[in-house]
Amino acid sequence: MNYNWNWHIFFEPNPTGAGTYLDMLVAGLLLTIKTALLAWVIALIFGTIIGILRSLPSRTASWIGFGYVEFFRNMPLLVQLFLWFFVLPELLPRGAGLWLKQIPNAPFWTAAIGVGLFMSARVAVQLAAGIASLPRGQKNAATALGLTTAQGYRYVLLPIAFRIILPPLTSEFLNTIKNTSVAITIGLIELTGQARAMQEFSFQVFEAFTAATVMYLAINIVVVTGMRFLERSLAIPGYITGK
Amino acid sequence: MIEISHVNKWYGPSFQVLKDCTTSVAKGEVVVVCGPSGSGKSTLIKCVNALEPFQEGQIILDGIKVNDPKTDLPKLRARVGMVFQHFELFPHLRIIENLCLAQEKVLGRSHDEAMAKGQKLLERVGLTVHANKYPAELSGGQQQRVAIARALAMDPIAMLFDEPTSALDPEMISEVLDVMVDLAHEGMTMMVVTHEMGFASKVAHRVIFMDKGEIVEDALKTDFFGSPRSERAQKFLSKILSH
Repeated sequence: MNYNWNWHIFFEPNPTGAGTYLDMLVAGLLLTIKTALLAWVIALIFGTIIGILRSLPSRTASWIGFGYVEFFRNMPLLVQLFLWFFVLPELLPRGAGLWLKQIPNAPFWTAAIGVGLFMSARVAVQLAAGIASLPRGQKNAATALGLTTAQGYRYVLLPIAFRIILPPLTSEFLNTIKNTSVAITIGLIELTGQARAMQEFSFQVFEAFTAATVMYLAINIVVVTGMRFLERSLAIPGYITGK
Repeated sequence: MIEISHVNKWYGPSFQVLKDCTTSVAKGEVVVVCGPSGSGKSTLIKCVNALEPFQEGQIILDGIKVNDPKTDLPKLRARVGMVFQHFELFPHLRIIENLCLAQEKVLGRSHDEAMAKGQKLLERVGLTVHANKYPAELSGGQQQRVAIARALAMDPIAMLFDEPTSALDPEMISEVLDVMVDLAHEGMTMMVVTHEMGFASKVAHRVIFMDKGEIVEDALKTDFFGSPRSERAQKFLSKILSH
């Protein structure tokens, strides 16, 4: 193989004329972080609502939860992003479709919402499992004290269930970050997109993707460390993982 | 205070757990409910504060019909204390917070007021030094005393006990029973599902014996222990009193 390694490439000016190749990658990194954070917030909010619905005794509620989860987790993420980005505007009435197409930063919003909803189905399943793992008596105790169902969830069931599912939630957060790379297909130039652009301009494919890999690794290490810290600070003395 | 009349309950279409149960508990009365496992005694007591629904009959609690869809159940439940077999303290809350939660969220007491009440009750059950610990750091007997204090913090008009000592080591049973005996002497209306015949003979006014979902015997304490009418109750008594 005749490959010219050139690790100095990062400090050479990029073809856009604004800064170096490293600046390109950092811009991509920031966009990845922004997209992932928004997607994660969406995943947590919708995942919590749907997870609660799935745990309620009401049949209607659990059917809604079931339908939602199966819709979002059984379709490949790529297909979902295409649906939201290309198909949805065509299905809507003309005016609304046009408005949707003209939203500034459409790839960013589509990616954040699309990845967020995709991940929310997974958060929902885990939260429902966490709630189901609690002794039935906990709900009874809350109810017997006169707490309403909403209060029982807010003050008793959710705080315990979320603690139990923190470790798998960490994995889902990492998946959310990595899944944002799929958004390259709808034109979001995030970290993977910038690495590819750098490769196309400079032909330094290995350097570009090595740098992107290191950056993904760095964000994920930060997330893992942060979540570990959160787990430790929320641990209940004497209970489950707490010591 | 508690009037149970002709209550029938089925699990599913064919399994009947409660068969035409009728009894009552007067103000200040202590009634012990006993019987073999699966006789429906826990189910019956859970029907009193509507933790379990039932299909036929009615229960009237302090003049309010429990199985009326118009009844504000959380409000009604807040007035009846309940103690469970497995304590069901909220593991993520400190002992004192366990005592304050429902006072603040259900009764709308101020935090200071709730804390004062909580401290007073902890002192009463002899656990003041543990106020800032978490439930998992306490022994079973201590947890159950906290659970009783938590129920009392709501100033209940009656207390329901669902096998409060069944999950405890023998040494811890008496510390819980002591608290219950004190309560009975103070004139608290109590309905107690238990196998502790010593407790029954000491403080109960009446004893209800259940078998296969039916109230087989509902008699004054002296009559029940002296000369149980039904053969089933005689057998039960001879078995549990033989050792």
